[in-house]
Amino acid sequence: MSGIQALTEDLSLYVHWPFCLSKCPYCDFNSHVVNEIDQSVWRKGLLTEMKTLAKNTEDRKLKSIFFGGGTPSLMEPQIVSDIISEAKKIWRVDDLLEISLEANPSSLEAKRLHLFNQAGINRISLGVQSFNDITLKFLGREHDAADSKRALEIAKKTFENVSFDMIYATPEQTIQDWASEIRQAIEFSSNHISVYQLTIERGTAFFQKHRKGEFQMLNGETLADLYELTQDKLGSAGLADYEISNHAKPSFECVHNLQYWKMKDYLGIGAGAHSRLTDKEGVRWAFRTQRAPSKWLSETKAYGHAVAEKVFLSLEEQIFETLMMGLRLKKGISTADFKNTFKKSIEEIFTRETLEILLNERLIEMDDKSFKATSIGRQRLDSLIQFLFSDFDLNPHSSFFSRDPVS
Amino acid sequence: MGNLSKIRNFAIIAHIDHGKSTLADRLIQVCEGLSEREMKEQVLDSMDIERERGITIKAQSVQLKFTAKDGDIYELNLMDTPGHVDFSYEVSRSLSACEGSLLVVDASQGVEAQTLANVYQAIDADHEIIPVLNKVDLPAAEPERVRNQIEEVIGLDASEAVEISAKTGLNIKAVLESLVEKLPPPAGDKEGPLKALLVDSWYDAYLGVIALIRVYDGTIKKGTKIRMMQTGATHLVDRVGVFTPKLTEVESLGSGQLGFFTAAIKTVADTQVGDTITEDRNPTSVPLDGFKPSVPVVFCGLFPIDAADYEQLRESLERLRLNDASFSFEAETSAALGFGFRCGFLGLLHLEIIQERLEREFDLDLITTAPSVVYKINMNSGETLQLHNPSDMPDVVKINSIEEPWIKATIFVPDEFLGPILSLCTERRGEQVELTYVGARAMVVYKLPLNEVVFDFYDRLKSISRGYASFDYQMDDYITGDLVRMSVLVNAEPVDALSMVVHASQAETRGRELCTRLKDLIPRQLFKIPVQAAIGGKIIARETISAMRKDVTAKCYGGDVSRKRKLLEKQKKGKKKMRQFGRVDIPQSAFIEALKMGDS
Ligand SMILES: Nc1nc2c(ncn2[C@@H]2O[C@H](COP(=O)(O)OP(=O)(O)OP(=O)(O)O)[C@@H](O)[C@H]2O)c(=O)[nH]1
Ligand SMILES: C[S@@+](CC[C@H](N)C(=O)[O-])C[C@H]1O[C@@H](n2cnc3c(N)ncnc32)[C@H](O)[C@@H]1O
Ligand code: SF4
Ligand SMILES: [Mg+2]
Repeated sequence: MSGIQALTEDLSLYVHWPFCLSKCPYCDFNSHVVNEIDQSVWRKGLLTEMKTLAKNTEDRKLKSIFFGGGTPSLMEPQIVSDIISEAKKIWRVDDLLEISLEANPSSLEAKRLHLFNQAGINRISLGVQSFNDITLKFLGREHDAADSKRALEIAKKTFENVSFDMIYATPEQTIQDWASEIRQAIEFSSNHISVYQLTIERGTAFFQKHRKGEFQMLNGETLADLYELTQDKLGSAGLADYEISNHAKPSFECVHNLQYWKMKDYLGIGAGAHSRLTDKEGVRWAFRTQRAPSKWLSETKAYGHAVAEKVFLSLEEQIFETLMMGLRLKKGISTADFKNTFKKSIEEIFTRETLEILLNERLIEMDDKSFKATSIGRQRLDSLIQFLFSDFDLNPHSSFFSRDPVS
Repeated sequence: MGNLSKIRNFAIIAHIDHGKSTLADRLIQVCEGLSEREMKEQVLDSMDIERERGITIKAQSVQLKFTAKDGDIYELNLMDTPGHVDFSYEVSRSLSACEGSLLVVDASQGVEAQTLANVYQAIDADHEIIPVLNKVDLPAAEPERVRNQIEEVIGLDASEAVEISAKTGLNIKAVLESLVEKLPPPAGDKEGPLKALLVDSWYDAYLGVIALIRVYDGTIKKGTKIRMMQTGATHLVDRVGVFTPKLTEVESLGSGQLGFFTAAIKTVADTQVGDTITEDRNPTSVPLDGFKPSVPVVFCGLFPIDAADYEQLRESLERLRLNDASFSFEAETSAALGFGFRCGFLGLLHLEIIQERLEREFDLDLITTAPSVVYKINMNSGETLQLHNPSDMPDVVKINSIEEPWIKATIFVPDEFLGPILSLCTERRGEQVELTYVGARAMVVYKLPLNEVVFDFYDRLKSISRGYASFDYQMDDYITGDLVRMSVLVNAEPVDALSMVVHASQAETRGRELCTRLKDLIPRQLFKIPVQAAIGGKIIARETISAMRKDVTAKCYGGDVSRKRKLLEKQKKGKKKMRQFGRVDIPQSAFIEALKMGDS
């Protein structure tokens, strides 16, 4: 176990809203389509769970709040507002507190954006996915490109901080198709874009279709071409790839997501939300809540929280997570932070040979300030991590279930 | 059965797939050895592998009772034998237990390479040979032409050969009648001291070691204290019986009969096939001739994919040897593949089958290295080494000369494919011995280095002739050749499992082939890696596997961390199926594929 001194460290809050109007065929998020939602019950549940799980963290400073989903823009703005004010009561916050919300670009939701602004949201992330109606149809989206463009206009007028999501590498996509989408993305961009390669996730409709051979994914060469084109074009437009799939103008990086990539503490509330929390003894806990909305509701009602799985992380696992997440960032990992957290430097953890091979192959760079993957290193990060840890043993964590709030 | 004149012992021999096992089915059926309900196709092919591949691997014996035209009941002991060239040893043992052979010739295909090879073996065993023409139900059957062929090529009188269909059951009774009529009954001294030939032995999970014997003189029964003349071991017989084909206990087995006994024998060393069994109290003075021991001609390394399975592999090999004494094994260590065994086989099919049985019956995942033959290395010191494993090759400067085994191969091939077959033989350093025509078919005899044959020769032969060529071989001489050891380097480290002895003239081609193959097989890695072939320090071929271009998870946020970490941990555990070459992990499957030297 580690001796992380996180007591004074910042904390981020994630709020999960597990409902959508329809289920996208590629999506494996904890999102459900239901006929009726009694929002007042959910309001109560979320507030209760936040208060329960916040126990023993009250002396920390809240760095960001993120309403994610599912489709949190379907929440009643009042609930969003209530959660924000309750959070501000629990934790200290600074004026720059980033509060994001994911929204879908359908016309109905676009009209409500200003309400969320009034509720306290200061950063919006729109699920645009594509500017091509055929692609949108393939992705099973409810909106079309025109909706997205309108929604973006409204969003840019309402919020200073606007981001949107794009998906590339759909089966029929050519380099030219994607280049044209990037051009439009740049044209409509404000200061942040997330661009994801389409991934076939287990348990989704696409997974079945793909397995049955109803469509084929692009080959490795094309995927690499598309990725390189993305980093290149967005980079030259001033939207640098500060993370594998995230691009921003300087100082518009998403504060909340940076907390994840730096493996700082975060508290997740709502169905299926994950948390990483270091307690006063310096033990780092990983836990998550019930995924099924009904279960989450009933458990929250009965116990004040719906934590379903809770484990503490071994030092090795923490190091692994720190590198796995941290190397996704262009800036990499701060060597000082690392040493401070783990009481060992990176050179003490990995063999000289391992590091030298990676340095010689120009896959990593290191100096006295940071340890980072180069752009080609990041492009092959999964293999790089495997290589880095190939002579490193991960002691398994102990695992148990707990009804108690974070102890 | 007291009366020798009412016994007939015979082996069914034929080229592969000409219908021996199917004919055995019909014989069993007509003699009511099994009920309709118990009958299934090729019922004697009892191993899973035999049933799946539709071939016989183990010879089987069956005792049948047949009421002949003359009104007498005859005891027929038949042995169904394998047709594939690798198992000719199995055939020769079966032959030595019988007085005659039933030669099955497919009337649509005619005489093939193993027809000839098996007939020669039967002649050597002094057998009366009864030819039958099978598959006459096929539209392509030409019984008259094949009848002539048998006379011309083999020199057997085929005028009375019965035309049968083992499939439809046509004329099966006539076959049985001609067996009774034409085969000599066994000879032997019923009253003399016990003298029996140990034909085969195998391990049965319930009964322990089962010994298949042919009794020449005397009687064996429960309670007989027997002695194995070669090993000197004595055992008390606790069961004697026959296969009908069901295992059936009998009172005793006497002179002229075929059957089995069990005697709580634990070790296979006590049941050396070919040994003579006699009675301990009253031994026979002269043992039987026995068999020439079978000599493995093809060697390869077998390695467990999971190193933890090594002990289990050893046990499994020992168990398999109980059933098949014709393969050998000894411990071997490889840098690329870890701990394993060097095993010797009668041929490539034999190798494949043992490997498959290990994987299937013993649930082992194995890697097989490239098959190699046994080289004789004449050292400058005057010493001669038998090289079973190319990676054991001594330093070249100490070697005076290397000899390699040659075979004499007989190939039957339709005229239209003769050209390409001859070029194949030449390409494989063959020397033509004979070329004769039998109608539209050519019979070619070639001397070939065995090394060139274990390397995908059979597959090529079959594909060039669209399956029409047949092939048989026997070992010939050892001949000195210009041979070198070629090694393969991945990321500058030698892959010992891929090193091979090749003829100098072919090293470069072979090396280039292997490198290209590996390049395609080895998945792209984090960085580029060279693949090279070398003779000594000299690189003769080179390829580069370029680095992978992209491998990164697109979406990774707070909710994905645990899942992603577990996935990477799992992949890391999966690395036990990988081998390291200078910090590069290569999946063993790449080597396994590279080792499958079939035509790509
Ligand atoms: N049409 C026809 N097919 C036959 C006849 N006899 C055998 N076959 C088929 O020929 C194939 C080979 O038959 P097997 O009895 O397994 O031949 P085998 O000689 O025992 O083969 P090995 O043991 O592998 O040497 C099978 O598909 C049989 O069904 C026949 O009389 N007519
Ligand atoms: C929780 S979703 C966004 C919220 C909102 N419901 C939406 O769909 O617009 C987060 C983003 O992840 C991306 N995403 C989800 N599943 C994906 C997949 N299988 N492959 C690639 N990107 C995916 C999409 O761009 C999506 O906008
Ligand atoms: S992609 Fe967004 S809208 Fe679609 S199902 Fe997933 S969470 Fe809901
Ligand atoms: Mg057979």
